[in-house]
Amino acid sequence: MKSLQELAAIRDKMKQTVNTRDTAHDGIRVVVGMATCGIAAGARPVLNAFTEEVARRDLHHVLVTQTGCIGICQYEPVVEIYDRDGTKTTYVKMTPDKVAKVVGDHIVGGTPVTEYTIGSTTK
Amino acid sequence: MFRSHVMICGGTGCTSSGSDKISAVFEAEIAKAGLDQEVKVVRTGCFGLCALGPIVVIYPEGSFYSRVNPDDVPEIVNEHLLKGRPVTRLLYDETVAENTVKSLDETDFYKKQKRIALRNCGVINPENIEEYIAFDGYAALGKVLTEMKPEDVIQTILDSGLRGRGGGGFPTGVKWKLAAGNPSDQKYVCCNADEGDPGAFMDRSVLEGDPHVVIEAMAIAGYAIGATKGYVYVRAEYPIAVHRLQIAINQAREIGLLGKNIFESGFDFDLEIKLGAGAFVCGEETALMTSIEGNRGEPRPRPPFPAVKGLFAKPTILNNVETYANIPQIILKGSEWFSSMGTEKSKGTKVFALGGKIKNTGLVEIPMGTTLREIVEEIGGGIPGGKKFKAAQTGGPSGGCIPASLIDTPIDYDNLIAIGSMMGSGGLIVMDEDTCMVDIAKFFLEFTVDESCGKCTPCRVGTKRLLELLNKITSGNGEMEDLDKIEELAAFVKANSLCGLGQTAPNPILSTMRYFRDEYVEHIVDKKCKAGVCKSLLQYSIDPVKCKGCTLCSRVCPAGAISGTVKNPHTIDTSKCIKCGACMDRCKFGAISKG
Repeated sequence: MKSLQELAAIRDKMKQTVNTRDTAHDGIRVVVGMATCGIAAGARPVLNAFTEEVARRDLHHVLVTQTGCIGICQYEPVVEIYDRDGTKTTYVKMTPDKVAKVVGDHIVGGTPVTEYTIGSTTK
Repeated sequence: MFRSHVMICGGTGCTSSGSDKISAVFEAEIAKAGLDQEVKVVRTGCFGLCALGPIVVIYPEGSFYSRVNPDDVPEIVNEHLLKGRPVTRLLYDETVAENTVKSLDETDFYKKQKRIALRNCGVINPENIEEYIAFDGYAALGKVLTEMKPEDVIQTILDSGLRGRGGGGFPTGVKWKLAAGNPSDQKYVCCNADEGDPGAFMDRSVLEGDPHVVIEAMAIAGYAIGATKGYVYVRAEYPIAVHRLQIAINQAREIGLLGKNIFESGFDFDLEIKLGAGAFVCGEETALMTSIEGNRGEPRPRPPFPAVKGLFAKPTILNNVETYANIPQIILKGSEWFSSMGTEKSKGTKVFALGGKIKNTGLVEIPMGTTLREIVEEIGGGIPGGKKFKAAQTGGPSGGCIPASLIDTPIDYDNLIAIGSMMGSGGLIVMDEDTCMVDIAKFFLEFTVDESCGKCTPCRVGTKRLLELLNKITSGNGEMEDLDKIEELAAFVKANSLCGLGQTAPNPILSTMRYFRDEYVEHIVDKKCKAGVCKSLLQYSIDPVKCKGCTLCSRVCPAGAISGTVKNPHTIDTSKCIKCGACMDRCKFGAISKG
């Protein structure tokens, strides 16, 4: 070990590990529906895409987790995002390609991506 | 990239209840579900709540599964890891609130704790140096070697108020300063991991759960006093701790955190493990060093103190595992952060191994000044079976008993000494009303008689004679003047023994005589043991009103001491009775009593 930079490089590499084990999240929760219907519709790659995108952007305290059947199986894969104030946005028919935009616009930018939400589909 | 981490306790407690198997089944089931690229299985150190082991914690949710069985694993994998539905029936019941899952920090067991020495236990994989580094590991060593002078390091430790966690409570900074002030061509840094108090296992848990913290702290100590070589003296009965420490040392060497020219500062430091064969006296500093030197582990007179003439007659510092576990955090967060916790003369936190008659047996770390009541009733969850708290024993064979009347004493070094006990390494054994205090004193005396090395007469002969006097009392042959003899002899042994073992060996008797003298008198005068422990003083009798004459007792009595005919009350011949209690266990009518 030659320098503090070398030590810092190892720490940076391991950052995602630290974040995963930190339960003191400040409010934003990404919940992916992972019941049989969700998995069949392709929820697993979506879940992994969220995990990777959140880690890539180094977003501390964003919890990416799963839940069971939300009850709107025809719209799976369904992803719900709970903001700090408790507001829930429901994204439907998600794909891994859509994930980067949702993380960038909604989680980082604070503006939900309305064209992916359930509201736009039912109109 | 893993979205979820399954942390499985790999401490000695959970390993002995089968966590190796659970880990293997998790790996297999996760692979079967095709989740092996998404979910990582990590073996950790002790979570502390050993009573509920084997323990499994799943992140990012932080779900706390207790008493996990290998058969439960497929359900956890399919429900929780795949579908995101925590298996509520297996969660630690304290964390299951209405419609939601409470975080662990909100449970009674954890909410009053403050984890500094144990901060990484249960959080990292102790066999992976990168995980330690991820949680700020070796940052303190980096800071010390690149930004601080040795005297600044010592000043920081002095200012923090850190005192030795191994028992005596000597200020750590003072120890380091003394050793730094003695010039020598070679100095040594030693770590005392020869945890010998019955019931104490915090040092083992730190080595098992976070071995790198000890390596980092010893390197810092080496830099502070000018030593380039360190020894960790650990007992061979701790195979998991030894194994993980060796892995940690190898990993630290590999990436140059041990060895030559660390952080290009010109500072060299390396470590070696020395295995102890489990003699209690080797926890005493001079005996420990004698043992490292390859000689029979016996103490030698002080002065000269180790800081002047220690290992191989060179200036040496010797600190306990838990003491070292505090050092990196003090360097990173500052002495004021540390000294803001605790009481006036005892700063920071202390780890206790909770055992005995208590619900949540395990490992707890609390700020100094927490009362015994908070530890027993809140963190420990109280005494099972609705029994009453009688006393708590701290300090092991060197300590004493704290009676119920002093349960509100804030725990720190000086308060414990004032009430006739001591901090010790942190064993805390809770006793209920079924405990006989004379018997407890006898238990610890038997231990010190066994472990006395025999080098000095006061300890070798004195402890033996004390034990004989106690045996005389518990066998019903005691006389009142024996109490005076015990007091006189105890004072002599304390004053004249060579090392700490003998100097503190009479403490369990003296403290129980101080607070429970009436029990001693009862044993001597009334020939009774109220708790029903001392066999020679017990009398079993049958209540003729309650006895239905079922004959069960007379059939189980191995001594043929019970006689009677069917449907008529039975009687016990006390001259034949061997007081085994078999009759009482079998009686369905509660007709047999002892007293």
